[in-house]
Amino acid sequence: MASGAAGSAEGPGPGDAARAPEQALFPPGFSVSEIKNKQRRHFMFLRWKQQQRKASSVTGICRAAFNLLFPANQSDVCLIQEKLANKKKRRKEREALGDKAPPKPVPKTIENQRVYDETTVDPNDEEVAFDESTDEFAPYFNRQTVPKILITTSDRPRGRTVRFCEQLSTIIPNSHVYYRRGLALKRIIPQCISRDFTDLIVINEDRKIPNGLVLSHLPDGPTAHFRMSSVRLRKEIKRKGKEPTEHQPEVILNNFTTRLGHSIGRMFASLFPHDPQFIGRQVATFHNQRDYIFFRFHRYIFKSEKKVGIQELGPRFTLKLRSLQKGTFDSKFGEYEWIHKHREMDTSRRKFHL
Amino acid sequence: MASSARWNHVWVGSETGILKGVNLRRRQATNYVAASALRRDEGVCAMCWGDPSESEILVGCLDRSVKLFSTEKGKFTESRQCLGGEGSFCGLAVHDSSIITCVESGLLKVWRDASSENMETQVGAGMCRMRQNPAQPQCVGTGGKENALKVWDLHRPEEPIFRAKNVRNDWLNLRVPVWERDLQFLPGSEKIVTCTGHHQVRLYDPSSPQRRPVLQATYGEYPLTALSLTPGADSVVVGSSHGDMAVIDLRQAGRLVKCLKGFAGSVRSVHCHPTLPLVASCGLDRFLRVHNIEDKRLVHKVYLKSRLNCLLLTSREKWDDEEPEPAAPQADVKEEKDELWDGMETVATRTVLKRTADPNVRETQLGKHPKKQKRTSAGP
Repeated sequence: MASGAAGSAEGPGPGDAARAPEQALFPPGFSVSEIKNKQRRHFMFLRWKQQQRKASSVTGICRAAFNLLFPANQSDVCLIQEKLANKKKRRKEREALGDKAPPKPVPKTIENQRVYDETTVDPNDEEVAFDESTDEFAPYFNRQTVPKILITTSDRPRGRTVRFCEQLSTIIPNSHVYYRRGLALKRIIPQCISRDFTDLIVINEDRKIPNGLVLSHLPDGPTAHFRMSSVRLRKEIKRKGKEPTEHQPEVILNNFTTRLGHSIGRMFASLFPHDPQFIGRQVATFHNQRDYIFFRFHRYIFKSEKKVGIQELGPRFTLKLRSLQKGTFDSKFGEYEWIHKHREMDTSRRKFHL
Repeated sequence: MASSARWNHVWVGSETGILKGVNLRRRQATNYVAASALRRDEGVCAMCWGDPSESEILVGCLDRSVKLFSTEKGKFTESRQCLGGEGSFCGLAVHDSSIITCVESGLLKVWRDASSENMETQVGAGMCRMRQNPAQPQCVGTGGKENALKVWDLHRPEEPIFRAKNVRNDWLNLRVPVWERDLQFLPGSEKIVTCTGHHQVRLYDPSSPQRRPVLQATYGEYPLTALSLTPGADSVVVGSSHGDMAVIDLRQAGRLVKCLKGFAGSVRSVHCHPTLPLVASCGLDRFLRVHNIEDKRLVHKVYLKSRLNCLLLTSREKWDDEEPEPAAPQADVKEEKDELWDGMETVATRTVLKRTADPNVRETQLGKHPKKQKRTSAGP
C-alpha cells in the first residue's frame, strides 16, 4: 500500500527517482508549480521543502547519516513521521536554549499577508471625516431620523424565505414585512419615501432559498447589492436561546477598514436605532473578514468581570458585496460607486476591498 | 508650496467642494479650498480653463457660484454668483472675458463683467452638457435628456444654427429615446460627437444636408457618462456608469478599438491630452487614473479621498523636463543666507513668504504604494 502510494504520487519526475539519491530528485530545470495534479503537486512540494530544510540546517556528516536513516523511497506516511520528528527536535532545541531561544515565529495567514489598501481610512483624516459627516447617512447619525425599515422579497417567495423575513423583522426594531405582489421596485420606492421609511431591504430568492439582499437607504441614499449565503433559520441553530425580545440591540461592526468598508458599515449601522437598550443584553454583529460579512445575533450575560456567556438567537447569514450604487435602486441608469469585477479584482488572493 | 500650483498636471473637482491639484511627476496631491470651512453644497460640478494659457480655472459649484482659481498664485481669487434657473451647472465656458453658463433647467446665460447686457436663452429642460467649440468660441453645443443636440451661435441667440433630428424608429416602430450625456466638437470641421445615456455614440455633421446622426455606434449596456477626443481626432474615449472605458474609432464606423480597465465605479469625467497618448479619468470610486492609450497601461492611479466630479488635464508637453525639485533645498539655502541678509539692508521680504504657511493649502504626500507586509519567517 505504501509503495503503491509512492508509485502513484511520484509525478512526472523520473520513475526511478525514488531509488536514486535525494539530490537528483529535483533536476535543475524542474519546477514543482508546473505539475497540474494538485495531489501530486502537494506531495512534491512537501518533498522539496524537506530538501530545502535539510540543506540549510543539517551539515555534511549529519546529512549522510540522515540519508542512511531515512532512505529516499518515502510515502506520505513517512513524510508525516519526519515532520513530527522535526517538530520534536525543534521543541527540544528551544527548551535547551531556554531564554536565549529566538521568539516563536508567527504563522502566516492571509489576513497577515493582506496587501495594504491605500483607501484605508485614517481616523485623523479631516477630509474623510467631513465627507462622512455630510453624506447620506448624516441625518441618521445626527439623530434627526429614526430608522423605519421595509422588508420584502422577490416575487412569489417560498416558505423558507418567508420565515427568514419574519425572523429578520423580529431582530430589526421598527421593521415591517410586506408581501411583494409583483410590484416594480421603482414604484415602491416613492411610496416608501412618502410614508417615511428610511431603508428598504429586498431578499432575493432562487430555488426556494434566499440568495441575495438589496439594501437601499431611502431618501436618495446608496443601494448595496449583496450575495447571501449560509442562511440558517432559528430552528436550525444548535444550542440557541429563546426568542429575541423587543429591546433594541447593540450593534458591533468589525473590521470595516477601507473607505468602501466604512460606507457599508455605516449603512448597516443605520438600520438599527441609535440608542441600544442594555437591559435586553442583545447584540447584532456584522463581522467582515476577507470581504465576507458574517451576521450573528446573540444574547450575552456577564458572569463576572471578565467572563461572558453568549447564546445565539436569531438567524445567521453571510453576505458578500456585489455593488454599491449611488442613488436609490436603479439598475439600468444608475451610477455605481463600486462594482465587484471578478476578473479584475479577484486576481490576488491577498487583496480585499472592504 | 503655493507657487508650485502651476506645475500640477491634473486639476480635479470633488463633490465636497475641494479643488485638487495633482502633480503626477512628484506624485503629490494638493487640496485647494475657497473658504476655510468645507461645505457640501459647494461641490464642484463644472470646470473649465479660464484662458488659453491655462493659468486660470473657472470652477462652478452647486450653489451656483463661479469661482476663479489662479494656478500662478495657487488660490481662489474671485467668486461670483450666477443665479437664474434651477439645478446645477452643466457647462461653463469663457468667451471674450465673459462667462457662459448653462444650468440643468435650460437657462444659457452669458455673464459680462458689467452685470448689464447679460444675454440669456432657454435651450430646453433636462440639460446635461454644454460645450464650447474651440475653433469658433461663439458657438456652443447643448444636449440633455429628451433634449436633442442643438448648436447655438451666441450672436444670434434666438434660434439654434443646428438642431439635430432623432434617428428613425427602431425595428418595433418605437421612438428611440434621446439622452445626450456628453458632447465634443471635432477640430477642423463642424462635426460633433456625442455619447448618450442609452449606450450610443453618435456623430453629427451640420454641414451635411441630413440632420440625423451620420454615424451611430453602441457600446456596452450602461449609460455612457463621459467623452473625450483622442489626439488625431479619429477616435473617442468614452466612459460609462459601470466603470467601463473604451476607445471607439470614428473613421471605421464605430469599431471598438480597445478597452481600458481598472475602474471600480462610474466614470464621471474623461480628458485626453492633445498630443501625448495619455488619458486622465476620474469617477465615483474616488480614484484618479491616467492611462496610456496606445498600450492600455495604467500609468498613474491616485487616491483622492472624495468622490470626483470633473477634471482638467494640462496640455503642457514634456512633463519630464519640468522643474523637478520642490522649494525645500531653496528653503535651506535661504536659511543660511538669512544672517547675511539680516546684516544688510533688506528690501524684499523673502523670509516672510517662506515662513507663513497658507492655511488654505494642505499638502498630502502620496508616494508609491507601500511595500507588502514583511513576511515573517516560519520554521527554524
